[in-house]
Amino acid sequence: MSYQHPDQYSAGRAEAEHAEETEEARSGRPFEIEAATHGGPFRELVRDKLGMTALVVLVVLVLAAILAPWLAPSDPNKIGPRIRMRPPVWHGGTWSHPLGTDWQGYDVLSRLLYGARTSLFIGTVVVLVAGTAGVLYGLYAGYRGGRADRWLMGWVDVQVSFPGLLLAMLLIALVGGSVLSVTAILAVNGWMVFARLTRGVVLAAKERPYVEAAEIVGCTPRRVVFTHILPNLITPLATLSVLEFARIILAEAALSYLGLGIQYPGVSWGLDVARAQDHELFGNQWLILYPGILLSITVLSANLLSSWMRVALDPQEREKRFAGRAIRGGAAAEPGT
Amino acid sequence: MGRYLLKRLPQGMVVIFGVTVFVFIVTRVVGDPVKFMLPLSATAEQRAAQRHVMGLDRPILAQFWSFLGDVIHLDFGTSTYVRGKAALSVVFDYLPRTLQLVAAGMVLAVVLSIPLGLLASRKPGGALDRALTSLSLVGLSMPQFFLGSVLVIAFTVKLQWFQTGVGPLHRHLVLPAVCLALPAVGRLAMLVRSSMIDELNSQYVKVLKAKGMPARRILAVHALRNAGIPYVTLLGWEIIRALAGFTVVVESVFAWPGIGFMAKQAIAQQDFYLIQAIVFVVAVMVVVLNILIDVSYKLLDPRVTLR
Repeated sequence: MSYQHPDQYSAGRAEAEHAEETEEARSGRPFEIEAATHGGPFRELVRDKLGMTALVVLVVLVLAAILAPWLAPSDPNKIGPRIRMRPPVWHGGTWSHPLGTDWQGYDVLSRLLYGARTSLFIGTVVVLVAGTAGVLYGLYAGYRGGRADRWLMGWVDVQVSFPGLLLAMLLIALVGGSVLSVTAILAVNGWMVFARLTRGVVLAAKERPYVEAAEIVGCTPRRVVFTHILPNLITPLATLSVLEFARIILAEAALSYLGLGIQYPGVSWGLDVARAQDHELFGNQWLILYPGILLSITVLSANLLSSWMRVALDPQEREKRFAGRAIRGGAAAEPGT
Repeated sequence: MGRYLLKRLPQGMVVIFGVTVFVFIVTRVVGDPVKFMLPLSATAEQRAAQRHVMGLDRPILAQFWSFLGDVIHLDFGTSTYVRGKAALSVVFDYLPRTLQLVAAGMVLAVVLSIPLGLLASRKPGGALDRALTSLSLVGLSMPQFFLGSVLVIAFTVKLQWFQTGVGPLHRHLVLPAVCLALPAVGRLAMLVRSSMIDELNSQYVKVLKAKGMPARRILAVHALRNAGIPYVTLLGWEIIRALAGFTVVVESVFAWPGIGFMAKQAIAQQDFYLIQAIVFVVAVMVVVLNILIDVSYKLLDPRVTLR
């Protein structure tokens, strides 16, 4: 493959570039930087207001999703024919339905809370499954090298070229949309990014003296891979996982929106946007906007968090930022020199 | 170049073959093509008879061989959703609309992203840069169907400037094109920004500045061309992703009858012949685009050798 998708693999590429940088290159840095980077990633987080906000928003969303059965005013699947189109509290509604009810009498807040559950659950599980599979695949391909590597990565190239969303739609139409089928299909569609990233890092790490040393000393391949190479992957993998988490949430929402994901009366933000659009496009448009805005906020927070992680979890990136602050004037312009 | 194509074309064939086999297995083994062909009241015997007529009761391998023969002759069977028409010709009926949409969206994305990225790169960390960065991040984080819904609510329902469905392009194509373009503008503008910052800080630009070349010429002749390499790659990816998925969503939101819209209908109606044809055509376009991206590398950057 002679090209990479910059937007998806930038984390991996940045890592590979840094891996080539030698320890010596870092000596002789100004003491201000030394002092400034001493606080570690968490000091960075507190300083980065956007990243911090994103983390707080995500934590709140996760808590809301976990506690949905206790927080929701009513059952998200209970239709109340006599309580249709109740206004929200600030428009004269009652506290029993804080955001009002929709045209079928569903409680809006309850459906939003349970929608968070669906989105976050699918996002988390898919990233865990696809990530584990992709990392193992990439570790094997990268460490074995040679013909095994060529064939395995050749398959990755082939699967990446598949029109993924179309095939996912087709499969779901056939097996029926449910949380399980959507999760499985998105995982089958999503492991390749992890495999490519992992293989890249393994290839870079394999050339380093400490890996050769470990091999000479007589470590088993398993020990070399898991004890010496795997730790290199933690930072880029964490960043990529959060990014993929955002992408998976968007994919699930799109599938559900098209009617090929979570099926009514299941609860999903994407599905609720589609339902409200069919019914209330000329009526109460807030019913379309609520789930859409929540989706956007979730994905935005995950994106912000991952861009914060890329900088803050990598000591060299962190140094660059502080170098920019420490050396005044044109600092941001010359990170490398 | 010739040797490169000689290597890449078979690889593309493998992808197309793989996709076709996958679709065959999925539709024949997991799905039931007869399900929606006959009225719901049809008896089990009538269904069995129909299966027999269509050869679906033969062993799966025998079906696969005749399927392969048909694919080589570009015969994907007769659509059941658009009754009585060859599936491939249905695809070609609707493909122009999709190409129109993707072309409009991508032209819009290029026209917006390059100036925005250049503006942002002039003062990294400045107010304009930060505003553009956050705007593009918001654009990236909005689900495309939701962006579409918001556009429809604002411009079709409230302001009534544009309409959904088909009709005169200035009223019907604008919104779907904008919806397709905006997330791409975010990604592309950010790329222009970061690669221009890199280029403008590189040694060769410093040399050019030192020898007194006007800034405009440095930008137009040297920096932009180098920054163009990753840009073309990402743009190619945007086109691929638009063709192979995003149009399904965008065309559904705006009821724009292209192949994405048809794919959704065909799946809902379990018209497997039409699905096969759509997936096949999309796979061919993806493979061709991938090769074009690699070749354009060579044109932009003489240092690249295609292997």
